[in-house]
Amino acid sequence: MSCCVGPLPGLVASEVDRSKFNARVEELRHDARTLEDGTVNYVVSAPAIHCGVCISTIEKTLSQLPGVKHVRANLSLRRVSVTLVNSDQSPAPFVERLEKLGYSAQSLDEGSSTNDDRELRTLVRSLAVSGFAAANVMLLSVSVWSGAGPATTEVFHYLSALIAIPTVAYAGQVFFRSAAGALKHRRVNMDVPISLGITLATVMSLYESFMGAGHAYFDAAVSLIFFLLIGRTLDHVMRNKARNAVQSLARLSAKGGLVVLPDGSTSYQMLDAIRAGMILRVAPGERVPVDGTVIYGTSDVDRALVTGESIPVAVGRGASLEAGILTGSVDIRADREAKDSFLAEILQMMQAAETGQGQYVRIADRMARLYAPCVHVMALASFIGWMILTSGDWHQSITVAISVLIITCPCALGLAVPVAHVIAASRLSSIGVLMKDGSALERLADIDEVAFDKTGTLTTNLAVVDGSVIPSGKLAQVAKALCMRSVHPAAKALARSIDELPTQHIDDLHEIPGFGVEGLVDGRVARLGRLTWVTEIAVKTQGELPVEGLGFAMAGSPAFFLQLSEELRGGSIGTVQSFKSANVPTTILSGDAAKSVSAVAHLLAIEHYESELRPGDKLSYLQGRATQGQKVLMVGDGLNDAPALAAAHVSMAPASASDTGRQAADFVFTRDSLDAVWSAYDLAKAAQRIVKENFGLAILYNVIAVPLAVSGALNPLIAAVAMSSSSILVVANSMRLYLVHSRSSSVSRTPMVRNTLPSQEKAA
Amino acid sequence: MTSLIVLIPVALGLGLLGLGAFFWSLSSDQYEDLDGAAERMLEDDDEPKL
Repeated sequence: MSCCVGPLPGLVASEVDRSKFNARVEELRHDARTLEDGTVNYVVSAPAIHCGVCISTIEKTLSQLPGVKHVRANLSLRRVSVTLVNSDQSPAPFVERLEKLGYSAQSLDEGSSTNDDRELRTLVRSLAVSGFAAANVMLLSVSVWSGAGPATTEVFHYLSALIAIPTVAYAGQVFFRSAAGALKHRRVNMDVPISLGITLATVMSLYESFMGAGHAYFDAAVSLIFFLLIGRTLDHVMRNKARNAVQSLARLSAKGGLVVLPDGSTSYQMLDAIRAGMILRVAPGERVPVDGTVIYGTSDVDRALVTGESIPVAVGRGASLEAGILTGSVDIRADREAKDSFLAEILQMMQAAETGQGQYVRIADRMARLYAPCVHVMALASFIGWMILTSGDWHQSITVAISVLIITCPCALGLAVPVAHVIAASRLSSIGVLMKDGSALERLADIDEVAFDKTGTLTTNLAVVDGSVIPSGKLAQVAKALCMRSVHPAAKALARSIDELPTQHIDDLHEIPGFGVEGLVDGRVARLGRLTWVTEIAVKTQGELPVEGLGFAMAGSPAFFLQLSEELRGGSIGTVQSFKSANVPTTILSGDAAKSVSAVAHLLAIEHYESELRPGDKLSYLQGRATQGQKVLMVGDGLNDAPALAAAHVSMAPASASDTGRQAADFVFTRDSLDAVWSAYDLAKAAQRIVKENFGLAILYNVIAVPLAVSGALNPLIAAVAMSSSSILVVANSMRLYLVHSRSSSVSRTPMVRNTLPSQEKAA
Repeated sequence: MTSLIVLIPVALGLGLLGLGAFFWSLSSDQYEDLDGAAERMLEDDDEPKL
């Protein structure tokens, strides 16, 4: 049981946690579904579910709670579905129980793909029907080819028609609809020649069957649908999987806020119910839900995810807040509604930027633009040719023209892209990269510049890099205990560097924004924070202390000085080197101050960097690149990167990114190391190569088969063999992607930035 | 030839049966949680057998 059950670390039942918990429960309530029999169904995402024991623990424990009708844990999707008997019941008891078991429960993202589910079901049903038909028609065809008598042949043709016609009508719809959609927009995609080929093969075979013992291509039509549907379904499953995985990553942003009512009580309200002028209470560690002005309390604001500034700033009464994570509790007056907030502005920018990306034409469609006119002209030419040669035998001419269309029906072409992409996606997910769709992989393969965000992407968090060592024992224990009570990034960094357990009890703990935390230990004052503030209580020492930095002291002890700086994300040096050696230039686009950006750029040997950029500046940088015809890969994580991620030719975000950033990115990498960026690029290149080879193979098949069709020598046996073998060849070639070894960069991976970024203000 | 009159409908019927079974399994949500099903069978039943 130890593998998965246990309380969440640091889960302290304080008022703060209480309000966060209530917020989550309210969100769940909002998303609940009332069923016909009066029961209510809640579906929550619990990313911590990971084994069979988890399932049985959850199901057994929750089903014992009063009012719970049914519990079902889903291991694949990491969700729990709970049905409560009565719609008035609160979901709070079961959420609380879940959290006590160690599974944090979150509400699912909105619009979570019921539409996709339906589409997948249609695809799977069509696949099943066409599989059934292909097997049976093929069996009948084999006996015809092996020399059945004319009577049997005729019966078998009718039987095949009986199976094939409903199949084409049902399973073929996927292609017909897509082709019709493309034609309506005056475009040609692969589905146009496919639909034409399938329809003509069926109609001609039907005609021939009734005319008696001609060539029937029913087997070709249905097995074509079957093969192509395999590719379609795989493609769809892959995308669904990635989307679910992205959705189940922890959601950070609030869907609402805690409103302070005139009588002093608080109530949780959804985001769209918050009006300008309302007073909101924001707890430490929480996001600011809407833009507002601080009216009570002081706090440090960590804006790293929003602006890229790595050092938090202190705010007090009268300061305006857009977004960011607070370290202290403040009350704010909402200045604007959610729909007019800074976040909404970013979202608008993203939407505007995305329309630009929509102009990308997938490689298969580019291929189709060349291929479709080609085969249609060829069919027409052979019709005219035969009309001249046979001096007007229209039946013979039309038969030849149709058989040209059947043989060129792009079965292998239809498989060429999806099979390679599905294999690439599974390779990617094994290295911790989730891909949103296949077109992203194509776009990634032809980038010619990489732009990185700094904070959160090239660097992770603050770390202690220098300074005096706090002696183990009581002092270290006190320091750790102080750190543990703060959500400030610097305090977290120091906590990681101290191995002692925070066993010391601290009284009267309070946080002084801009300075640090202070508390009493056995009557002695202990301070952690800005160095000058800490030295006030410390014993004077001879040595010179720096003016700036993080300090820790207890009354009567000397002050300890600690140098903090940003830590480079693992693998970032190697990744930049790899791109360099592949002749892909790299750039840093950061919202942080010039000094820290240039330090990181210097360390990574990146020549080109831009600092103090606002979200709009990053966006316009990328748009400027796009107009020059440059294809840029944007790697970023923050809210301020979101418009840039949406606008870039292709984009990537770490799993730690803001929700908005993750949603905007084409790829999300779940491991800590930045190596994933290079590995994904490498794999995308390999996949591109395989796709091109697949196209080559498919065209080679046409080169062999088309002359047969044009000369009128085609028969159903040749068509079936050629079609299947070319498809198998394409699939086998795509399998080679499993053999591609992603060269992980061999360059040393030193994680620390030393003596570079001076950490200025520090307040724990 | 006469045997075919019996055998072909039988073969097709069996195939349709399989297709129908697959459709049923699809509509009764049996493919919703493939990983979970593999783990569930390892769990002991709730009630100890007397």
